[in-house]
Amino acid sequence: MDVEILARLQFALTIMFHYIYPPLSIGLGLILVIIEAQYLKTKDPAYKQATKFWTKVFALTFAIGVATGIVMEFEFGTNWASYSRYVGDVFGSALAAEGVFAFFLESGFLAILLFGWDRVGPKMHFFSTLMVCLGAHFSAIWIVVANSWMQTPAGYHIVGEGVDARAEIIDFWAMVFNPSSMDRLAHTVIGCWLAGAFLVISLSAYYILKNKFIEFATISLKAGLTVAVIAVLLQGVSGDSSARGVAVNQPAKLAAIEGIYHTERGASLSLFGLPNTAQEKVDYELSIPKALSFLAFHDTSAEIKGLDQFPKKDWPNVAVVFQTYHLMIAMWVLMLLSTILALSLWRRRRLFTCTWALRLLVVSVIFPQIANQAGWMTAEMGRYPWIVQDLLRISEGLSKIVTANQVLGSIIMFGVVYSLLFILFIYLLTEKFKHGPIDIENSTPYHQQHIAMKEISHEQHPG
Amino acid sequence: MNNILVDLEALWFVVIVILMAGYAILDGFDLGVGMLHLFSKKDEERRVMLNSIGPVWDGNEVWLVTAGGALFAGFPHVYATLCSGFYEPLMLLLSSLIFRAVAIEFRSKQPMAWWRWTWDVLFSLASLLIALSLGIAIGNMIRGIPLGPHKEFTGDLFDLLDPYSLLIGVMAVALFSMHGAIYILMKTEGELHDKLREWVNPSIIFFIMCYAVATMTTLIYMPHMTETIKERPQFFIVGLINMFAIANIPREIQRGRDGMAFASSCVNILCLMSLYAIGTFPNIVRASNDPANLSLTIFNSSSSQLTLEILMLMAIIGIPIVLTYTVSVYWIFHGKVRLDSTSY
Repeated sequence: MDVEILARLQFALTIMFHYIYPPLSIGLGLILVIIEAQYLKTKDPAYKQATKFWTKVFALTFAIGVATGIVMEFEFGTNWASYSRYVGDVFGSALAAEGVFAFFLESGFLAILLFGWDRVGPKMHFFSTLMVCLGAHFSAIWIVVANSWMQTPAGYHIVGEGVDARAEIIDFWAMVFNPSSMDRLAHTVIGCWLAGAFLVISLSAYYILKNKFIEFATISLKAGLTVAVIAVLLQGVSGDSSARGVAVNQPAKLAAIEGIYHTERGASLSLFGLPNTAQEKVDYELSIPKALSFLAFHDTSAEIKGLDQFPKKDWPNVAVVFQTYHLMIAMWVLMLLSTILALSLWRRRRLFTCTWALRLLVVSVIFPQIANQAGWMTAEMGRYPWIVQDLLRISEGLSKIVTANQVLGSIIMFGVVYSLLFILFIYLLTEKFKHGPIDIENSTPYHQQHIAMKEISHEQHPG
Repeated sequence: MNNILVDLEALWFVVIVILMAGYAILDGFDLGVGMLHLFSKKDEERRVMLNSIGPVWDGNEVWLVTAGGALFAGFPHVYATLCSGFYEPLMLLLSSLIFRAVAIEFRSKQPMAWWRWTWDVLFSLASLLIALSLGIAIGNMIRGIPLGPHKEFTGDLFDLLDPYSLLIGVMAVALFSMHGAIYILMKTEGELHDKLREWVNPSIIFFIMCYAVATMTTLIYMPHMTETIKERPQFFIVGLINMFAIANIPREIQRGRDGMAFASSCVNILCLMSLYAIGTFPNIVRASNDPANLSLTIFNSSSSQLTLEILMLMAIIGIPIVLTYTVSVYWIFHGKVRLDSTSY
């Protein structure tokens, strides 16, 4: 097979797997801050127990996030060496900032979160939680800034020619605040909050269904729903703003995600359809007239550029990005409905007895995950054929010396390692969920032995 | 060579060397503990050893992540050449890092002996492979690799596995084993402490043998590594400090001052990294086929001056903050390890 296809496949595989975890850490980080703040305020041990439980889950997602994240960091260089040379001056500084300002903060204070309950006071512990949450958010900032620069490059100039050409920074802040970075950062971070919030909601709903750990479930559900309702509404605003940015900055991407083959005024907004690239139309389309023009430019007769403005060989894979984009929107609608439903039942004090609604909430954990993955697929595949929009083609970014066999070998290796990793993650998560918050103190099978040993040592050294 | 503190390229090279030394000192001991813990047959003892690195190993790995980021940012050509050139070893390193993280998380989740043994063996093996492959990478950077005119690696996998690089790989394993052995000695008490005391000496002897052979080999076969010191004899002192630090380790162990022994071991690692950096400067990746023209130096592989300025600013702001909380975390978890409900 072709090196380019394999290299893209490898990157897609590893980044998508990686992207299950950091959103959970970022979202759970926020939930941890909320629950522990309540503990600090009320001194109610139930909050402490809930914090401890979710800290353990956080640690699990963080550990796998770090392990798979290190892979990402070096993959720019392995398969995309020419890209790395081209963008290193711009992209590298964002990555270095991530290491210095985000990862150290997160991992350093996580140690206190996990192992420091008896070693520091509650205020210091809360401070550490705050720092971990902040660190997790910082890590999102720098990587999204770097990726946004690839979507809408700014603050750079090109030095050298041919294979020696590369982008160099001329204005750091213009690079950081490139046209799409703030929209995309907000969109990504809110997506992360949703991922964390719905994990918490899902498990709480499960416990309520099983009539277990009700106090813990209530505390968690409250925190999860609060974050979810705010985030899902904000996501609507941020999604609108992001899409308007795409309409201006990356018209080919907008055309692909909406299946607009021909430039038109007053374009309609597809709700559903099957893009047919051969005939350049969308089959079985259900759409709202003029809505796309209105949403993109706040003008019902605005012109939307179609794919006909771009050479056909440079078209993104319309059939895929159209569906991933609409899948993301569908997931957002589901999240919106789930939160509205949960809130209204909660207000009428019927949520805890409404079995079907609880079941829906248990399943809801998957919605933000699908939305996040689908959203990123849209963003990245929609940029095709560019690795850096309008500057560097994907084919030009490949490593010159890496062969298809090497890439294939690495795909197989990561396939095996990541499958194993995923099975173990699910296994550990379900173990934690089975034990629940009460058993957290006994979560290692050796706990009983510890108690026994402690008693012996107390007998030996009385007092 | 004269304005070493004026060139941003040179300064950023120093920052990367510091990050690499920081990584070697910090993750070095937990890699060492990882390799050694298999020698104990008792589960309780293994748990004590794993928990001696429990709260810190994750943070230690961040030094590698940051060093990687710093290399990408400051010397993108070096980053690109090394990552694409060292393809298979890097994949091995990455999967070892993953297995290591997974193994320490999972081993204590089930009480069955076979379960724990499997994860422990994986953990040890992964730690060993990480140390070995990092050593091999440094060995290759000292020796030089064949490079083309577009800064691309032109050799193959077998070029990377030559005897000298393998020797440096083994030396890294020995170095981290010794470092790790001293670290657990410092973190344990009672019966286990006495038992570990007996492990430390063989690990020191193993390291000193590797060190002697590697030094000899480098002096004989890698004369380019000594040129800078010949030109600037003041750097000779680094070699001397290194010798004293190594000699001080068994002395402190003998006197039962484990903390001082560990400090000496840290100085040893710092000196080794410095000697490597001094020797290779201003090359980062030496071209074995045409060192004078094709090598990746700090000047022909670096980012623009503006980026280097931005990076330096980040380092000046960031590194003191990072050091503050790294030290705080180590302070909070100082003292001997005791297993409790939060342990692995």
